[in-house]
Amino acid sequence: MRFLFKTDYEDDIRLFPHSGYVVSYGILLALLLIAPYVLSSYLMSQLVFVCIYATVGVALMILTGFTGQASLGHAAFLAIGAYTAAYLQKYNVPFPVYFLAAGVLTGCIGALVGFPALRLQGIYLVIATISFAFIVEEILARWESVTNGNEGMRVKTLSLLGVTVPRDSPTFYFLCLAVLVLTIVGTLNLLRSPTGRAFVAIRDSETAARSMGINVALYKVKSFAISAAITGLAGVLFAHKLSFISPEMFTLQLSIEFIIVILIGGSFSLHGAVLGAIFIVMIDPFLTYLKDDMPGIIAGIAATFGAGPATAGNIQSKVAAFASLNGLKGAIYGIIIVLFVLFEPLGLYGRWLKIKLFFQLFPLYKRATFKRQKIYVKSERNR
Amino acid sequence: MLDFVQQLVSGVALGCVYGLIALGFVLVYKATEVVNFAQGDLMMLGGFFAFTFIGMMGLNYWIGFAGAVAAMALFGMLAERVVVRPILGYPQFSIIMATIGLGYFLRSVAGMVWGTDDFKIDTPFSQGVLRIGSLVLAYDKLSVIAATIILCTLLYLFFNKTTLGTAMRASSENMLAAYYMGIPVKRVVSVVWAISAAVATCAGVLLAPITFIHSNVGLVLGLKAFPAAVLGGFGSIPGAVVGGVLIGVIESMAGFYLAEGWKDVAPYIVLLAVLLLKPEGLFGLHVRKKV
Repeated sequence: MRFLFKTDYEDDIRLFPHSGYVVSYGILLALLLIAPYVLSSYLMSQLVFVCIYATVGVALMILTGFTGQASLGHAAFLAIGAYTAAYLQKYNVPFPVYFLAAGVLTGCIGALVGFPALRLQGIYLVIATISFAFIVEEILARWESVTNGNEGMRVKTLSLLGVTVPRDSPTFYFLCLAVLVLTIVGTLNLLRSPTGRAFVAIRDSETAARSMGINVALYKVKSFAISAAITGLAGVLFAHKLSFISPEMFTLQLSIEFIIVILIGGSFSLHGAVLGAIFIVMIDPFLTYLKDDMPGIIAGIAATFGAGPATAGNIQSKVAAFASLNGLKGAIYGIIIVLFVLFEPLGLYGRWLKIKLFFQLFPLYKRATFKRQKIYVKSERNR
Repeated sequence: MLDFVQQLVSGVALGCVYGLIALGFVLVYKATEVVNFAQGDLMMLGGFFAFTFIGMMGLNYWIGFAGAVAAMALFGMLAERVVVRPILGYPQFSIIMATIGLGYFLRSVAGMVWGTDDFKIDTPFSQGVLRIGSLVLAYDKLSVIAATIILCTLLYLFFNKTTLGTAMRASSENMLAAYYMGIPVKRVVSVVWAISAAVATCAGVLLAPITFIHSNVGLVLGLKAFPAAVLGGFGSIPGAVVGGVLIGVIESMAGFYLAEGWKDVAPYIVLLAVLLLKPEGLFGLHVRKKV
């Protein structure tokens, strides 16, 4: 086990606490860089979605995980980013310009949403962000001169510095990866700056933060703006990846998926945002696998345990019928959310920390290390 | 003028349904400070239960109705026991997520069991209209209004006049203090969920002739019930119904007088305005924190 002795402030805010981090992240990055030459095109496409979802996850983590402002309206920010890109593209604006424009515009709108949010707490904030998302969805569907209404908009192939980048090329993947890595590094730096510390202070206790002299209103708006801006940038990539956007892609369902990303990944950690994104994107390939291969495998297992070919075939067809049920994905989502909230509120990253700690402290591990405390909050109405 | 009254009445009827769903939110919120995002889905499930009893098994309407209410009350207790009780006392965000997950699950399972078609229940009020002059009022809409008034009165009396109701209000104010005073908080919460699921079922069955039953109806209507609950002030029973009626009337008026598209957003615009100007809602208590 490695002991980290922190002797001054610099040790506390270092990006990489020790050399192990550099090595493991270096290996991970190298693997990600050779991925397009190894993986199948389907998996590559999923990997691009992982990058985009993880970027949104990091953005949402800044807002929900670190500032404590729940939002169920992030699909709207994604939509604004995507539509800005599609609209500016019609006037032959170059990629870097509309990429940044999308970020700035969503950032401004995020700040505007942040102002009403100042007076709202907990559940009221969630409801307000949901209504914001509905209004944006409706505007996208009705403002036909700009958004083309329900017919949706085509998004042309990305062209960067005169080179076209098709949406399934390795270059596009590298672009998404670069955006993700830059977002993560930027967020890490943000979090060790005074702004980030103020965010965490507001999350932990607004009253305490205010009495420390933190301008709570300013930082809440800032947090909204930053989170929205990053989501807008991800929206541009999302639009290019899909190559066609329409209002019904940016529904409450998508916002909930983003919340699931940070919930399953684990609140309060950027690792969690990435793990959650991997999880949510990989549900689809998993379901395909369940549909195509699982029945055969289960029938094979049944056959080895002495079931006759007729019984095995019967089992196979039953499993196949179950796996191709219509609402299976939704049911799996539901069960997973409930199970994570009940049993692993720290998410996948929390699970990893527990495993790591178990091996580090091997004979001395105590389960109570990660015990949650019930707080039995008094009525929120009296706050 | 006639159009206006006609729109007003159908708006009130629709609003009563929102109010009934919002009533479910409010009950659970009042007693446990939990916001149940699966309320609309409980309503949907109640509608499907009633459809199974009445439409498929051919029971009498009232027996089927009662059966569905009883089954859903049990289901509400089960959901509380399995999903909500282990996380009571944790931050609200976990509970919101858990109920969203529950809603997802119910919606998908209902889709698997009953299919994705629209269903309808034949009610004693399905046919027939009441004519007052040249005003035409359908019985099914009037039945919704009447049922809402009855349920609302019963619940109001229950909360304010009975011991159990008082216990519920106490445990909502401060769960720990209620424990210390000997209130069986766990059982209270269980009963609250049963009542709220039963109210949701009433909404589902009454709604069946108006919007039909399908697996997504809960999501759509549940999200419309939020503005209703917030408008009335989360935690006020009359507020939920008044909020629901207001939302229903606003929606129906916006659909009639304004351009297309306003109908769906008008409730949310009103909601945002209310949250900005009067976050505690029309009937909400404004309690100052004592330091």
